[in-house]
Amino acid sequence: MNAEPMNVSGSPLRDEGEVLLAVQNVSLRFGGVKAITDVSFDIRKGEVRAIIGPNGAGKTSMLNCINGFYQPQEGQISFKGQRRDRMKPHRAAAAGIARTFQNVALFKGMSTLDNIMTGRTLKMKRGFFWQALRHGPAMTEEIEHRRVVEDIIDFLQIEHIRKLPVGKLPYGLQKRVELGRALAMEPELLLLDEPMAGMNLEEKEDMCRFILDVNQQFGTTIALIEHDMGVVMDLSDRVVVLEYGRKIADGTPSEVKADQKVIDAYLGVAH
Amino acid sequence: MFYREAGQFKSTYAADMAVFPIRQDRIGLAIILLIAFIGIPLIGNDFFITSVMIPFLVFSLAAIGLNILTGYTGLISLGTAAFMGVGAYACYKLTTAFPGVNIIVLILVSGLFSAAIGVLFGLPSLRIKGFYLAVATLAAQFFLQWAFVRVPWLFNYNASGAIEVPQRLLFGIPVTGASASPETRYFVCLCLVIVMTWFASNLVHGKIGRSWMAVRDMDIAAELMGIKLLNAKLLAFAVSSFYAGVAGAMMIFLWYGGGEAADVFNIRLSFNILFMVIIGGLGSLIGSFFGAAFIASLPTIMKFGLPALGVPMSGATAEHVTFMLVGALIIIFLIVEPHGLARLWQIGKQKLRTWPFPY
Repeated sequence: MNAEPMNVSGSPLRDEGEVLLAVQNVSLRFGGVKAITDVSFDIRKGEVRAIIGPNGAGKTSMLNCINGFYQPQEGQISFKGQRRDRMKPHRAAAAGIARTFQNVALFKGMSTLDNIMTGRTLKMKRGFFWQALRHGPAMTEEIEHRRVVEDIIDFLQIEHIRKLPVGKLPYGLQKRVELGRALAMEPELLLLDEPMAGMNLEEKEDMCRFILDVNQQFGTTIALIEHDMGVVMDLSDRVVVLEYGRKIADGTPSEVKADQKVIDAYLGVAH
Repeated sequence: MFYREAGQFKSTYAADMAVFPIRQDRIGLAIILLIAFIGIPLIGNDFFITSVMIPFLVFSLAAIGLNILTGYTGLISLGTAAFMGVGAYACYKLTTAFPGVNIIVLILVSGLFSAAIGVLFGLPSLRIKGFYLAVATLAAQFFLQWAFVRVPWLFNYNASGAIEVPQRLLFGIPVTGASASPETRYFVCLCLVIVMTWFASNLVHGKIGRSWMAVRDMDIAAELMGIKLLNAKLLAFAVSSFYAGVAGAMMIFLWYGGGEAADVFNIRLSFNILFMVIIGGLGSLIGSFFGAAFIASLPTIMKFGLPALGVPMSGATAEHVTFMLVGALIIIFLIVEPHGLARLWQIGKQKLRTWPFPY
């Protein structure tokens, strides 16, 4: 992991940054249901980008398009300047996009350690025969990656649950392990789908700290969906607002907060 | 009191990642191996070795194979017996074609044929899972069993339609055929099972095992980690069928010594091996051994053990009672511990660790 210094989060100076991911005129339909209509925005290298909107606005569908679970019918998504057609999730992973899920998607039967080790799968090169021997190069490789994983475990302060099966952990810790698993992939772009849903205040504060640390220490670009407006306004550099699958606002937190359309979307309008 | 890991510190990741990190476990394993290699051949008579130990070893290997598929990767298969049959027939054809090649090599190579067939029937697993996949593997069972009877090329156009196991030597000692002694066959089985269990343990503790379990637990997230679902599932089918194929070849060549193979590899055997895996513990190698001991050896031990203990019973009655008892035990186990004997074993070890205190 490269720990290049980043400017302090929340500063509006990142407008000039290089575009990491560009979403252009993307539309996604399920039969007759329009999930996303003609949405364009970009994510710049090193920023924390929030995607917000009321329930059913198409936020998670947007993330699913970005990492290849859904194929948008129209529009295009380019990552690191390269246009991608027919993206598959494992190819998105290889390109450097990691993600956590709204409802925790951990490997429940495995320990914390094994869960995070699974995040290293793509980095491990030894083939079947060395794996079957589990000696020599395969073991060296395993130890090398174990070291990285232990660093992540230290970083997230989950040393005490290293060997426990994750299915039995409390929800807040599960979310943290899931973040660790995504970090183990050393992604360039980290997609967080409601990382703070269902947490109490203390857990939320911890998670905010981790997200900022990841962004600043590792220089990882982060796109997050979140409903807690306080969190969104504090964490993010820029915010894109969706409503009924359309983009209604895009800008810095203070711009978005003052936008009349956003206020209407959240508070409702008299007809 | 004796089973404590207190004071056993690990200073390297290699030591922490060992399969048996606790010293007492390693001692236990050494004792079991000593008993298996020295104790049983010394004490056990021919009957015990041929009717209890060899079946136990063969079924353990088949159960490990199915456990890799069902327990680790989460794909249910009802075609295990058919894949075992492929191994047996492949071995028969191979040893007919290449009589000079070492029989152990041929048994292992016949596993490769089984692996290929397994991959073929595993192809639908990308699209279907659960009960539907079980039905698809059932098709493998019926089709292959049909082929074993209807394709005379497989049994060299014998009038009897049976596999006739020829005599093959290893270091000048007969290993297969009528003149091979039970002890020799037992040693060959034992060595094969130990080596293959070691390989299986290496696989499930490394990257490959983790990707199998990831596919089992949450396939969407697994895909996002860069695991290709089809590759992971087909590899599981290949390895699983390889183990089943070797077990099948061992079954005919080292245990039955020939016979109506088409009748042996029937759907009942498939179900029996599935029961072994479920009762032993899904996703546990030691569970496969427990399950094989429970389902394969218990009936034999009870059938011959009950009259030996002085319980007056005719052979037929003993058989019926055994059926009822084993059936009842299966139900009791599934109610008491749905995660199988392997979980009971873990709980027992945890209790031992804290004994004599409750926690």
